[in-house]
Formats: sequence, structure tokens, C-alpha cells
Amino acid sequence: MTDAPLVAIRNCNFGYTPARRILHDVDLVVPRGKVVALMGGSGCGKTTLLRLIGGQARAQTGSVEVAGENMGTLDADGLYRMRRRMGMLFQGGALFTDMTVFENIAFQMREHTDLPEDAIRDLVLLKLHAVGLRGAANLMPSELSGGMARRVALARAVALDPMLVMYDEPFAGLDPISLGVIGQLIRRSNDALGATSIVVTHDVQESLKIVDYVYLMADGRIVAEGTAEEMRESDVPMVRQFVQGEVDGPVGFHYPAPDYRADLGLAADA
Amino acid sequence: MNGSGPFDLVARVGAWAIDAVRRIGAATLFMLRVLFASGTSIARPALTVREVYFAGALSLVIIMVSGLFVGMVLGLQGYDTLQTYGSEEKLGVLVALSLVRELGPVVAALLFASRAGSAITAEIGLMKATDQIVAMEMMAVDPVARVVAPRFWGAVLSMPLLAALFSALGIFGAYVVGVRLLGVDDGAFWSQMQAAVDFRQDILNGVVKSIVFGIGIAAVATFEGFDAPPTAEGVSRATTRTVVHSSLLVLALDLVLTGFMMQMWGD
Repeated sequence: MTDAPLVAIRNCNFGYTPARRILHDVDLVVPRGKVVALMGGSGCGKTTLLRLIGGQARAQTGSVEVAGENMGTLDADGLYRMRRRMGMLFQGGALFTDMTVFENIAFQMREHTDLPEDAIRDLVLLKLHAVGLRGAANLMPSELSGGMARRVALARAVALDPMLVMYDEPFAGLDPISLGVIGQLIRRSNDALGATSIVVTHDVQESLKIVDYVYLMADGRIVAEGTAEEMRESDVPMVRQFVQGEVDGPVGFHYPAPDYRADLGLAADA
Repeated sequence: MNGSGPFDLVARVGAWAIDAVRRIGAATLFMLRVLFASGTSIARPALTVREVYFAGALSLVIIMVSGLFVGMVLGLQGYDTLQTYGSEEKLGVLVALSLVRELGPVVAALLFASRAGSAITAEIGLMKATDQIVAMEMMAVDPVARVVAPRFWGAVLSMPLLAALFSALGIFGAYVVGVRLLGVDDGAFWSQMQAAVDFRQDILNGVVKSIVFGIGIAAVATFEGFDAPPTAEGVSRATTRTVVHSSLLVLALDLVLTGFMMQMWGD
């Protein structure tokens, strides 16, 4: 096994429009076999970075390499070849609503392999058993709770034993029990499959329990990085505000606005 | 600037025209993508058959009931007019030609656009809004081949079958009203119909029309769904556009096809 990182992002800049740049000179590496968290407030560019890694968008400058392949230069066939080795869990689960839980997990196996139906059945039940939902195989997505849907989506993301699994806000909107379950499943499936995982999240406490390394983003930049322990003990104001959940700090509570007194028409009396 | 001068009007019309041309171009490119991605629909016919069920079989009730009522009304109106000239035995001819040439394909297409076209747009649009389309792309599965093409061909295949059923039920409705209730001669109703309706000029033309309408409705419905902004409002607007645009398209195509067919057959 090579020591080169599985994902290497170098000097990456990206914006959906030329006027509004989302990512600024992002440098980031994800070593093989590790669970790495991308943390930061809403709108700081975390999900955009995942889109670049998955080849859904292309960096304007710099490079995004996955397993040595530059995702920004691949054609459609190349992208699909790479994506067969990736799994992704979407924020809302994105389960196919016209298919049962079983069919959702079997979807990629039927599309990309020539496995007989018996083998697919065994593999699907294996994946569902790992997330504790073998008994829900015949349910429709609309019959699942939020936590169950997230577990099914996780089983689907690792259905073909991918080399890289990306989790986009896996903890959002879950109750405390489901939070812990999802966190442990991410860690266990990463270690069991020998995969590499990237977890985009703003749930600090839950993710620090399971990740090996953390990148903290703000305004499209990497502003801090380190192990979970280093992040917990950091004195950097931005990290402290984020980890401790402080209301005010480097990330201001107020959106930029004109002077408050002037806005209320009190400036003359001041 | 909230201008209302003539230049603003010109600017607004210009912007609308540019947007319309852009959407027509995007729709054309999208349809080419659908055609090139149709191999999956041929290699895995079960996908298309499933969509024939959803678009076609589930539209059967509205199409059959509407066909029956339209035929009955035609029977009543036709009898009322024809008996003035003592030609009520021509009722079968009037009803059959009206239905097979025009009303069958056109009304069935309008109903199909409302029932199945809107459903196709809403389904694809909601799949997009809930990240199912992106999820499929991330699984290295082309959503145009897997989601759009089967729905397109399912709708295209369903349309002529539904139009034929509409016409058949319409003729039956006119028979019930004309022959059973109003007393038109049974033999005259059917024999005059058989003598007057030509397979190529009437039936085949109706089938060609319904196939073209099916292609138009399926193209509008799938494009609007795939192009819909991924929001509740976006899907709602796209669904409305599908019904409005495909209905207008059907009526416009009917005019063009009727003119072309009359020219072709020297009618």
C-alpha cells in the first residue's frame, strides 16, 4: 500500500460565479485509512469541497487529486470510473423513494456488477445487518425515521466497498441516540472496509469522538487543522469559538450592518 | 431602477426572447442526450414497461371515461344537426371521422399531458430537489439513461394506445346515444362508418398524430422536470409549465400535421 495520501487538494480556488468565490487557496490532504473531518459553520465551503472531490464541480485553479487522478481533468467516463470507487452519504439521505430499502442498497450492485441475484441478496442483507436494519429490508423510505433513513443511506454508500466514503452532514437533525449510532457506524465501517472517510459536519462533539484529523474551515479557507485532541485544547480563538460553541468571537454574531443608532434615527441625539 | 419607458419594455421583451431561445436550445440538447442514452431502455425493457404502466395504465380511467362522454355528446349534437337534413344515419360517419382524425388524438393528448406529463415532471423534479439525481450521478449511473429515457419512451408508447382507446370508447358512447337511445338504424350506423372511414387517410393519420403528440408531451415533461430548480416552488412552476406548454404544443402540432396530411393525401 502506498503512503501517498488518497486525497490531495493543492492551492484550490473555486466559485460558482466569477464574482463570488467560495474556496480560497485550499490545501488539504486525506491520508489513506483515516477518518478526516471538514468542520466549519454553514456556508463556509465544506460541501463545495466535497463536490470538487466527487468531480461534480471543477476547481478554477489548483488541483484536486483522488488516488493520483486529477478530478478536474477527467472526462465523463473517467469520472464515472472514479465514482465507482467512491461512496457518498447525502445530507438528506437521498434514498430513491420509489424503491424499497433492499432495492436502494442493491441498486449499485445491479448497475455495476454481474452478480447473481442470490449473491446480491446476501450482500444487501450483510450491509443492512451491519447498520442494524436487516428487518427493515422491505420497507419504503417513507416508512423510515430520520435516523433509520441515515443508516440505510450509510449502508448504500458503502454497498460496493468503496476506497473513499464522503459523508455530507451525517449528524444533521438526528436525536442523541441516532447521533452516537451513526458516528460509530462511520468509524466501524471505515476500519472494517479499510476505506478512507471524509466527514463534512458542524457537529463538533460527535465528530471529535470518531475522527483522526480535523480541518476547520471559515469563509472558504482552512483556518486550523489538527487531531481531535489538538482541536479540543487549541487556544486559537477561531477554533475555541467553534469547539466551545461561543456566540461571539472571530465569527461575529451580527451580520455586517450600518451603525445601529444611526439606523434607528438616533445619531443626531448622540 | 423601476423604469416603465419604451426602452424598458424593449429590454424586457428582449430578455424574454433570449431566455426563450436559450430554453429551446437547452431542450434540444437535452433531447439529443435522451436519444443517445436510450440504449438502457432497449437493453432493459422492464424499465420502460414499468413507465408504460405508470404513464399509460394509470391514465386509463380518465381517458376511457372522457372518451365515453365525448362520444355521447357527439352523438347527441350530431343527431340533432343531422336529423334536420334527414341524414341521421350518417351519425356513425360523423362521430368516427371526428374522433379518429381529430378528437381522439387531440383530447387524449391534452388529458395525457395533464395526468401523466405533470406526474413525470413532478417526479423527476422532486428527485432532483431531494438529491436523488445527484446521488445517482455519484454512483456512476447516468440519470438521463436510468430515469429520463425510460419515462420518455414509456410516455411515447402509451400515447397512441390511449388515443385509440379514447376513439373506441367515443364511438361506443355515440352508438349508445344514437342507436340505443335516439333510434338511429343500427346497420346504417356501422355500415356507413365502415364505408367512409379510410385506413390510411383517417386511422393511420390519427395514429401518426398521437405518436407525434406523445413525443412532444414526453419531451416537454422530462425536460421541465430535469431543468426544474430544486425547490418546492421550482417543481411547482415546472409542473404548471409542462401542462401549459405541452397542451399548446399539441394544438400547434395538430394544425401543422393536419395541414401536412391534407396536402399529402389531397384531401
